[in-house]
Amino acid sequence: MQATEHLSQTFELGFTYTRSTGPVVGRFLTGLRDRRIIGNRGSDGRVLVPPVEYDPVTAAALDEFVEVGEEGTLVSWCWVNEPRAAHPLAKPFAWAMVQLDGADVAMIHCLEAPGEDALATGARVKVSWAAETIGFITDIRCFTLLEEA
Amino acid sequence: MAEQKEPVTGIKSPVYLHYRFTAGKAPTRFLTRLKEGVLTGQRCPRCSNVYIPPRGSCPACGVATEEEVTLGNKATVQSFTIVSIPIPGNIIEPPYVVANLVLDGANIAFIHLLSECVNEEIHIGQRVQAVWKPSEEWDYAMDNILYFKPLDEPDVPVDQIGHIPISGWRS
Amino acid sequence: MRDIAVVAFSQSICVADAGAVNEVELIMPQLQAVYDQLGLASAQDVDFVCSGSCDYLQGAAFAFVAGVDALGAVPPIRESHVEMDAAWALYESMLKIRMGHADSALIYGFSKSSPGELPIVLSQRLDPYYLAPLWLDIVSLAALQARMLLDRGLVSEREMAEVVVRSRRNAMANPQAQLAGEVSVEALLAEPAFVAPLRRTDCCPVSDGAAAMVIATVEQAQAWGKPYALITGIDHRIENHNPCLRDLTDSVSTRQAAEAAGVAGGAVDIAEIHAPFSHQEILLQRALGLGGDTVINPSGGVLAGNLMMASGLARVGEVFRRIVAGEARRGVAHATSGPCLQHNLVAVLEGV
Repeated sequence: MQATEHLSQTFELGFTYTRSTGPVVGRFLTGLRDRRIIGNRGSDGRVLVPPVEYDPVTAAALDEFVEVGEEGTLVSWCWVNEPRAAHPLAKPFAWAMVQLDGADVAMIHCLEAPGEDALATGARVKVSWAAETIGFITDIRCFTLLEEA
Repeated sequence: MAEQKEPVTGIKSPVYLHYRFTAGKAPTRFLTRLKEGVLTGQRCPRCSNVYIPPRGSCPACGVATEEEVTLGNKATVQSFTIVSIPIPGNIIEPPYVVANLVLDGANIAFIHLLSECVNEEIHIGQRVQAVWKPSEEWDYAMDNILYFKPLDEPDVPVDQIGHIPISGWRS
Repeated sequence: MRDIAVVAFSQSICVADAGAVNEVELIMPQLQAVYDQLGLASAQDVDFVCSGSCDYLQGAAFAFVAGVDALGAVPPIRESHVEMDAAWALYESMLKIRMGHADSALIYGFSKSSPGELPIVLSQRLDPYYLAPLWLDIVSLAALQARMLLDRGLVSEREMAEVVVRSRRNAMANPQAQLAGEVSVEALLAEPAFVAPLRRTDCCPVSDGAAAMVIATVEQAQAWGKPYALITGIDHRIENHNPCLRDLTDSVSTRQAAEAAGVAGGAVDIAEIHAPFSHQEILLQRALGLGGDTVINPSGGVLAGNLMMASGLARVGEVFRRIVAGEARRGVAHATSGPCLQHNLVAVLEGV
């Protein structure tokens, strides 16, 4: 067997999809564009944010929309010391599970904070909106810590 | 601003992922020799079929292939199509001919272009030969061969395509 | 119902980067190994073939089709594929045999995860409107889960380190392992955070490789004359794709699958648990209802080497291997799929 080079090449794979939102996801994204956060009420009365098309327990179609607050409580978080190229924030940041005021479940988004030490479960956070909102999940640029009064 | 009031009904969510592709042992050997202007297949130790480009296995027997077979530049047309419409991203101007070609000594076809021919006269069983780029332009790529062109040799009967020895076709 | 036996298993060495070896070249040695264990010539000698893999890992659409090149599908064979861990290919193969459509099946799983950035590639399994566009990687998701367990006092960082210590130690006897050796809890706890609260050592490595298995009816297993282990129970359950709509401090689907598979029906000598992160092993051990008498992950588990799309199948294979070697009489194998243990399969294996 003759020696051979190790042939390899980098490539980019692109899935350039567009997606229909349907009435439930569309309602949420329309809300984001208008800087409002809309959830919906599950069969058991819980307010789910972001809204889900079908109840997670009963699978019933859900159609009662509920607006919730821009502020919420940190349910869980992790600290990303070395953000990956694809991540939404370039500086060290946290991923956060945030239960918004008026919601009964958490949602996941990124959280900008001065450092890991500034964070604790139960901390109060608020939405930081993108400069331009277009009807996409990144209209929420991130969460930030709420200044304690 | 009235337009702003329209509800959101769709999103653009392109996904771009980055990878490093490695060619594998058998394709690496094939591409390395292709850069040297040589077409190389692999023979199955069980059924003796010769595959090009080789993938390191015989798909019929499911066994590893290691024996290399140097093949020549002559081939037979197993099937073909004349492309008359432009294909987005393809720099070749229609009409052009894409063919399944079986190299002498190989038992499976690969796809390449036919040119220097009258499109309407191309037929199954026709003998063709590779036209290579100038050697200074050779790379790890199948387009080292610009295209195949017709040969002045008798046609191969359909049932013998894929069974021509490396020594060539004698009717 | 027809009893089904595992009769052969082989797994490649877990390597961080298989380099120039392509997927077919990864699969073939494992197929050959299980053929050799049974004296088979090829996939033509079994009634059904099913594989598990994920095209996204290598970034080539329909890449699993190329895997068929390793099989020898002339004349045509009965073949199927799941875009999942091959543990689910095992499940499909069992259904095929149970329905009487086959007496034997070859199952294989393979992955070359090294070509892409695996945690980011797997982020695209999340829902495409709310989470995938954020590129929420799977390590971070597991870290969110770990924080919940730590906050509630359900798991401690020391317990997580103890899982890693045991994994590395057990892996010293596993020639296929990627990470093995003696490490101390103190040394692990002194490691810096990776995605806090997780340390790198709490996370499974990225591995390239493949695994293959042959199962058959007991009649066929006896005809082959090789030692075998019976699969006496198997079940799998899935939970909501939205991690926030699940209790991440428990694995309800694992509990249900364990009950349906009959885990509690006898003493469990060994368990191979598919836990890509250390805290998940603790959580899963509880959900499976396993006590102190059960040896957990004698192979080192996936913290010692994680073949995406083959690790779940390999858990079954590891239990099989130890039962036929006489090291255990009854064992449990667990496989997981999806972020934060979304989907779980449990199988019970017994010696004869």
